[in-house]
Parts: sequence; structure tokens; C-alpha cells
Amino acid sequence: MATVRIPTPLRTLTGGKDEIEASGATIAELIENMESKHPGLRDRLLDEKGVRRFINIFVGDEDIRFLEGLKTELKGNEQITIVPAIAGGV
Amino acid sequence: MRSSLVRSRRLGSVLEAVGNTPLVRLERVAREAPSVEVYAKLEFCNPGGSVKDRAASRMITKALEEGKLGGGKILIDSTSGNTGVAYSLFGAALGIPVRLVMPSNVSKARKDIARAFGTEIIFSDPLEGSDGAIRLVREIVAKDPDIYYYPDQYSNPNNPLAHYHGTGVEILDAVGDRITDFVAGLGTTGTIVGTSRRLKEHHRPIRCHSVEPDQPLHGLEGLKHLESSLVPEIHDRQAYDETLRVSTEDGWDMADRLAREEALHVGHSSGASVFAAVELAKKLHREQGGGCIVTIVCDRGDRYFAPMKWEKRYLW
Repeated sequence: MATVRIPTPLRTLTGGKDEIEASGATIAELIENMESKHPGLRDRLLDEKGVRRFINIFVGDEDIRFLEGLKTELKGNEQITIVPAIAGGV
Repeated sequence: MRSSLVRSRRLGSVLEAVGNTPLVRLERVAREAPSVEVYAKLEFCNPGGSVKDRAASRMITKALEEGKLGGGKILIDSTSGNTGVAYSLFGAALGIPVRLVMPSNVSKARKDIARAFGTEIIFSDPLEGSDGAIRLVREIVAKDPDIYYYPDQYSNPNNPLAHYHGTGVEILDAVGDRITDFVAGLGTTGTIVGTSRRLKEHHRPIRCHSVEPDQPLHGLEGLKHLESSLVPEIHDRQAYDETLRVSTEDGWDMADRLAREEALHVGHSSGASVFAAVELAKKLHREQGGGCIVTIVCDRGDRYFAPMKWEKRYLW
């Protein structure tokens, strides 16, 4: 199981939890697993082209854009962090 | 060619350079609404490069007048960027030390600009966004209330007043004879609330529209999704008529179009405001066959350049 840190605007979908557990051999599978537990998450993170332009997904300290994107492989004990590209609100 | 009645400005301080920004007609991105004039007010022409110079300069000037600032007091506030740049600039101009709290995922360019003026930056949790920065600055001030002046741009009436006395008056001066609609993004809400209050006093009716992201999780830096955010104390829903919602993708795409088609390289929130203004222009063209819309271009796009591929690690 990987641990996924959830940003505030998405916590309405995770019952207020700031961290959830999810599994998958890749980030794509992990997101499907998260979607099955917390419906609606997938659409907030992905569009038809992949990860939405304003969403950053990190495995540990690495942005998946600089790894293998959605195909980035997971061993199962990673810390995943979803960070909006911006701070939201001046 | 210079009119004999106008001469170039000579100013005693950089603070006096705030305001009097130009309106520029957007012809190409609004070509589907030929009967409607769409103007962008170029707030990046302010000395700090954004609309935030207006609120920051008025809040600082008033605090100095009222004795809340000066004598070595540190100005502290939460800001995800442009207000911070403005505080830093005017702090340097007036010899006021500045400390800023911002989420660590604010664009690097804006952190660097603030630091260039000698400002100290304190980072808050990027997962909690700007609301996390607000909570942290309140904690810091509560611990040492005597050493800080906390302007609190979300609650300070001088924020909307800067737009009431500035932005609104300037717009009426430029197109008061024909403006029908005003469109502005909503962040602290100072721009939409203050400008709308002034425009509503005009003898001709002007409809005022705020722009918000369509979702709580969005990529329109500077804009607030009000329903899912701490609502700023200065917000006044009665000041404007309606809210237009824009997706991140539409805002980003319009920002790209503005650079290529109008030679205006602007930030994403400005892209969202112009997108909303153009959609409104199409509606007015269809339904009324005319109109004149003014919207706000908050800042320039170079504040948001993403890290380059070789800058692999974010500086958190």
C-alpha cells in the first residue's frame, strides 16, 4: 500500500482525510484504485490527455512528469503527494 | 506626437507611479463579437508589475498615516505572490522591513522577485494553499503582536478602497460614456468589490461580473473558488451582479491566445478574466447587438514560467 497525501480542495471526496492508502503497480493503477474508494478523484486529476496540466503528482520528491508519467512503477510503500500547481487565491 | 496639454510624468517616489494604467482594445480574441468593444486594463503597467500595487500602496500609506507602521515595525502578510512583490517594492521604497508567508508551491519567479527587494519569506504547507498561509500568518502575529504590522489584505477596507478611488474612476474616465459591463477575477475580492461599487454610482447602468474557477482544485493562480475557501471579510456579494465560472483549461488557453494574437503575455488569472469577458461579448453581440466590456489584466505571464526541465527539483 502506498500512502497518498491529499490537498485540501480534494478532501471533500475523501471524507475529510488528508491521507489515504491505495495500491497499484503504476500511478495509473493507483489512481484507478483511489477512484474505486473515493469516486470523483480520477476526473479531478486526469483529463483525456493524462494528468491535468495544473496537477503535480510526486512519488517521494520526484514529479512523475520527470519519471515515467502515469506509467511510473510503484513498489508499494511509497509516499505519493498530489500538489496543485498553484497556491490558489492571492 | 505629444499634445501640448500633456507632459511626461515626473515623480517623487515609485509609489506615485501606481495607477493610471491604459485600456487596450482586444480585437482579435473577440472577433466573434464584432459589435461589442472589449478592453483590457493593463495592470502589469504598475511599478510592481501587477494590480496588487494598488491595494498594497494604499494599505501601507494609510497605516503610516495612522501610526500603525513605522519605527522599525515589520510588515507581515500572507500572499501567494503579487501582493508580496508590491509590499516588498514599497517596503524598500519606504524603508519598511517586510516578511511574507506563502505556500511553498508559489512560482519561483515570484519568490525571487520578493527576495530581491530584501524581503524574508516564510513557507506554509503547499497542500493547504493560500488558506494555510493565512492561518500561519495569524499564528505568527498572535505570538509577537508588538513587532508586526499585519495589513491583512483579505480584511483591510483600504484594499477595495484602492479600486474604488483608483481603478473604477480611471475606467469611467476612459470609457464612462459607453461601458456596459465590467469583468474581474475574484481573489481577495478587492478589485471586483471596490471597482464595482464605484461603477454602480455612475449615471449609466453598468453590470459587474466576477470570475471564479469552476472547481475547488484549479490552476488559475490568484483566483479563489469562494464556495470552498475562507471567504474574505472585504467580500460583498451585493457589490456585483453575477459570477462567471471558468475552467483552468479555458483560462490557460486564452492566456496563450492573448500572447500570440494580441501581443499581451499575461498570467493565467488574466486569461480566465478575458475568456469570461469574450464569452460575455459573444452573448451581448447575439442578444443586444452591441456593448462595451472592460476587464482586468492582473499581471504578466513571465511570473508563471514553469521550472525548466533541468530544474528538476522544486525548491521546497
